[in-house]
Amino acid sequence: MSEAPVIGVLALQGDVREHLVALAAADAVARPVRRPEELAEVDGLVIPGGESTTISKLAVLFGVMEPLRARVRAGMPVYGTCAGMIMLADKILDPRSGQETVGGIDMIVRRNAFGRQNESFEAAVDVQGVAGDPVEGVFIRAPWVESVGAGAEVLAEHDGHIVAVRQDNALATSFHPELTGDHRVHALFVDMVRANRTAESL
Amino acid sequence: MSTTSPNSQAPATGTARVKRGMAEQLKGGVIMDVVTPEQAKIAEDAGAVAVMALERVPADIRKDGGVARMSDPDMIEGIIDAVSIPVMAKSRIGHFVEAQVLQSLGVDYIDESEVLTPADEVNHSDKWAFTTPFVCGATNLGEALRRIAEGAAMIRSKGEAGTGNVVEAVRHLRQIKNEIAKLRGFDNNELYAAAKELRAPYELVKEVSELGKLPVVLFSAGGVATPADAALMRQLGAEGVFVGSGIFKSGDPAKRAAAIVKATTFYDDPKIIADASRNLGEAMVGINCDTLPETERYANRGW
Repeated sequence: MSEAPVIGVLALQGDVREHLVALAAADAVARPVRRPEELAEVDGLVIPGGESTTISKLAVLFGVMEPLRARVRAGMPVYGTCAGMIMLADKILDPRSGQETVGGIDMIVRRNAFGRQNESFEAAVDVQGVAGDPVEGVFIRAPWVESVGAGAEVLAEHDGHIVAVRQDNALATSFHPELTGDHRVHALFVDMVRANRTAESL
Repeated sequence: MSTTSPNSQAPATGTARVKRGMAEQLKGGVIMDVVTPEQAKIAEDAGAVAVMALERVPADIRKDGGVARMSDPDMIEGIIDAVSIPVMAKSRIGHFVEAQVLQSLGVDYIDESEVLTPADEVNHSDKWAFTTPFVCGATNLGEALRRIAEGAAMIRSKGEAGTGNVVEAVRHLRQIKNEIAKLRGFDNNELYAAAKELRAPYELVKEVSELGKLPVVLFSAGGVATPADAALMRQLGAEGVFVGSGIFKSGDPAKRAAAIVKATTFYDDPKIIADASRNLGEAMVGINCDTLPETERYANRGW
């Protein structure tokens, strides 16, 4: 099966364009997803960086939250960066009132854990499953993972804090590979989507 | 300023990528002017991606007259404590000490803004000297590129703040987009003359010509008062909108704020914009820009 997988980017708010570019560079067919019917047509989904409170509200308001939860439960591959990581956490340590998540990864995240914008930084990060040089990690008002459950695998840490996690078909990073022009993390996700499609077609 | 060194152990703060990347995260969103912690919470609950903390919204600055300055640090800190979304605040054009103060307060973005009374009639602040990123206004491409050359990590078209009239916002955004489109077709020989004409660095002019867009995020500001206004600016190419007086000078701020957020996300879906526009109560009254004297036009400030 050589046909390119179709991967959506949740386009309610955030750095959607950069993810579309990165996915296309990693040989996926990338398209924005804002509505339930658009979600139904993709093999995998990226939840971009943005404001997690805004994305969460819009997802509930426009009826995307429930179908998205259902598809993640059913095993659709998902990848979340920064705000997207928060959306994939089963639990937020310090949620705003009414802030909902999609869930999918048994982890507790702390929002803005690395600080405000003045503390935002770049640092090299070794990510398991990404061969070669460390990834350039761009951390912007970034969350970290306080703790993970037994089913979740820690892929990277920075300064003693968990910043990349995978559980089955769900992948999350505190940082933004989409801002760097290095598409290896997106390639890892595209491989996850391909593998899932192959498994489903058997 | 720190430089990027991906393989060193020490994390680098305040890099261009971290500053510009912050604005990328705001795309598709609405940034709202607020003057109290309570308003900030209303904005956050409505789905704002950030708030602009200031003492008076532009409509009141217009009404009151006098010199408009940076807000009281207590007021800015009160808003920082009230919400978890990013908080921006305004410094006067060229008033780099106000900017230093705002950076020390820990605001997430500084708006070197024509809405406040300029402190320097020749120079804007050197924005490379700061860890905190800056957003600046522009009425045309040359102005946008001069601000980027000075270190701005985000641009907003100026419009005419505090009027509730979208006409200048449209004019400035169209101007910037048209000038970018024109550059697209230029060959190398023409780019040198274009840089001279735009009064902007050649390297930036060349970069815009290649990218077909600014190298930083472009929002629209100054006159957005309704969901349809916000959607209009998005359809014209703004990557998000600032709403100043339009929300808290209206009859039902919470409802209008949520409606403008919806219309900004679904800017190309008239049915959703129609639904968002229903029963919002009174919009801010608004000022006709063609009757506004030249001396009262904020967009003329900055050079």
